[in-house]
Amino acid sequence: MHVKSGTRIRSAVCSSEVMVIQAPDADADIRCGGAAMLPLDEEPAGDASLDPAAKEGTQIGKRYVDEGGTLELLCTKPGEGSLALGDQLLSLKEAKPLPSSD
Amino acid sequence: MNLMMLLEMAAGAFGDRTAVRNGEDSLTYSELFAAAGNAAVEIRASGASRVALLDVSSLAVPVALFGSAWAGVPFAPLNYRLTAEEVERLVAQISPCFLVASSERVPDLVATEGAHVVAREDFLGGARQGEVPATDWGMDPDEIAILLFTSGTTGPPKAAVLRHKHLVSYILGSVEFMSADESDAALMSVPPYHIAGMAAVASSVYSGRRIVQLPNFDAEAWLKLARGEKVSHAFVVPTMLARIVEILEGEIGADLSQLRALSYGGGKMPHSVIEHAMRLFPSTDFTNAYGLTETSSTLTVLTPNDHREAAASEEATVRRRLSSVGQSLPGVEIEIRDEAGQALPAGEHGEIHVRGDQVSGEYLGKGSRVLEDGFFPTRDGGWLDEGGYLFLTGRVDDIIVRGGENMSPGEIEDVLLEHAAVADCCVVGVPDEQWGEAVAAVVVLHGEGQAEAEELRSFARQQLRSSRTPEQIEFWPELPYNETGKVLRRVVRAKLTGEGD
Repeated sequence: MHVKSGTRIRSAVCSSEVMVIQAPDADADIRCGGAAMLPLDEEPAGDASLDPAAKEGTQIGKRYVDEGGTLELLCTKPGEGSLALGDQLLSLKEAKPLPSSD
Repeated sequence: MNLMMLLEMAAGAFGDRTAVRNGEDSLTYSELFAAAGNAAVEIRASGASRVALLDVSSLAVPVALFGSAWAGVPFAPLNYRLTAEEVERLVAQISPCFLVASSERVPDLVATEGAHVVAREDFLGGARQGEVPATDWGMDPDEIAILLFTSGTTGPPKAAVLRHKHLVSYILGSVEFMSADESDAALMSVPPYHIAGMAAVASSVYSGRRIVQLPNFDAEAWLKLARGEKVSHAFVVPTMLARIVEILEGEIGADLSQLRALSYGGGKMPHSVIEHAMRLFPSTDFTNAYGLTETSSTLTVLTPNDHREAAASEEATVRRRLSSVGQSLPGVEIEIRDEAGQALPAGEHGEIHVRGDQVSGEYLGKGSRVLEDGFFPTRDGGWLDEGGYLFLTGRVDDIIVRGGENMSPGEIEDVLLEHAAVADCCVVGVPDEQWGEAVAAVVVLHGEGQAEAEELRSFARQQLRSSRTPEQIEFWPELPYNETGKVLRRVVRAKLTGEGD
């Protein structure tokens, strides 16, 4: 799927939803729970199921990045699946705390 | 990308927390989400292409902001001090509009052409009824979220355009989701038509921090509310902090220990006020923020740690950072450029240019002022030190050109303010036959203070070149400020040159 910054996509196998913060220019194989993610308004076909190797879960408000730093996703709705780019699981991006300024 | 996403996440993760409180009334995040949806239905049914608000802070502010985002129309909060005629002129720029107004203003406004006028109570009453509609807001990041008429200290008001992508980028880049404790509360005392007011709503929603609204700032009411509501965070403009400090001085055992964080911005903070405030609230973290309406609020922050390091340092270069506005946010780039557009190295004065996803730099009907390389010229003068700390020197348009020499009023004001008798001052250029412009200063003395013009001139001459020493000094009981703490140089200049008052 080709996504760009601001695109919202959903998991096909759990309740996870994310917004793309940063994406590669080319098509990206973004997965959640082992299955390719879908456009937000698309209902899952129902034949895919959560891959036991990718069920660490997503946390709302957290950011996830790939090792190469090409993809960054913001979880907007939590779920049971883990996010991945192809076979590679994304990792949690540590937030740098900033003081509140307004 | 839509501001509604921020509220949807908040309602999903901590819907039962209080989102906003005004007096005895309040809304939880779930209630605010539902009210935004029902307001969107009303707004769409009216056929309006914009929503405007002419009111002080009330629960209607977040409902109208998010309701507009849901309905897919821009939200334009207006200065509630405007007369009906002034409102009419602004409405002409944004009609047809759905105008939410305080009930006492409705009779005045109801005949305004192009406005569908609704009293605040009726708007809120309608929005707080009914089930949550199906979530159907737009996802286009280029849709306009907010139109903010800038304060117009230099000319007639023009509306800055902030798109959803700018505001969402700002929030995601500067606020950690659900980072607030459940007991945290932010006291909002800036008016809704100020960018800091709009940013405060969005930041608080995303962090999960309860907003406590103070509709009309006055220092006693601010302190009472801060204590009564156990406020943990607050943002103030310099004139507000000066008043709070003044009042607390007279108080015995002034206790604001639950106030963990106080941020300030929106104008130049006098050194004496911030040092005083730091002594009065030793357990409070201070943050100085610099930003513009056109940049979705904050661009740079001087963090609490910066404040402490600067205040404790023996080194002059570190100590002076207390008068800087800090370093840029992670998503913001800053360059200082000269008049030819060339980037300048650290230490050199020029115009501040900024680039980042939160930067709009666009005005309604006037297009974008962003340069081809993505940088926005702020018209603010400044310089960066070796550590990337930004120092402001005033508006580029306020620079005084005397006999070919450029001087910033701020530099001269800083020197005058060091005199023990001077409470406040404003330096402007006035027309001069010989030099083009001459340096004029208006000085406000402390209640018990005394100083003659000649004494101030010789005091200034010790630190400034003689060309920068004010030729004309007048003593006024006070300076003209706008309601958000910006000194009105235009008014000072007009009064000095006899062009009316």
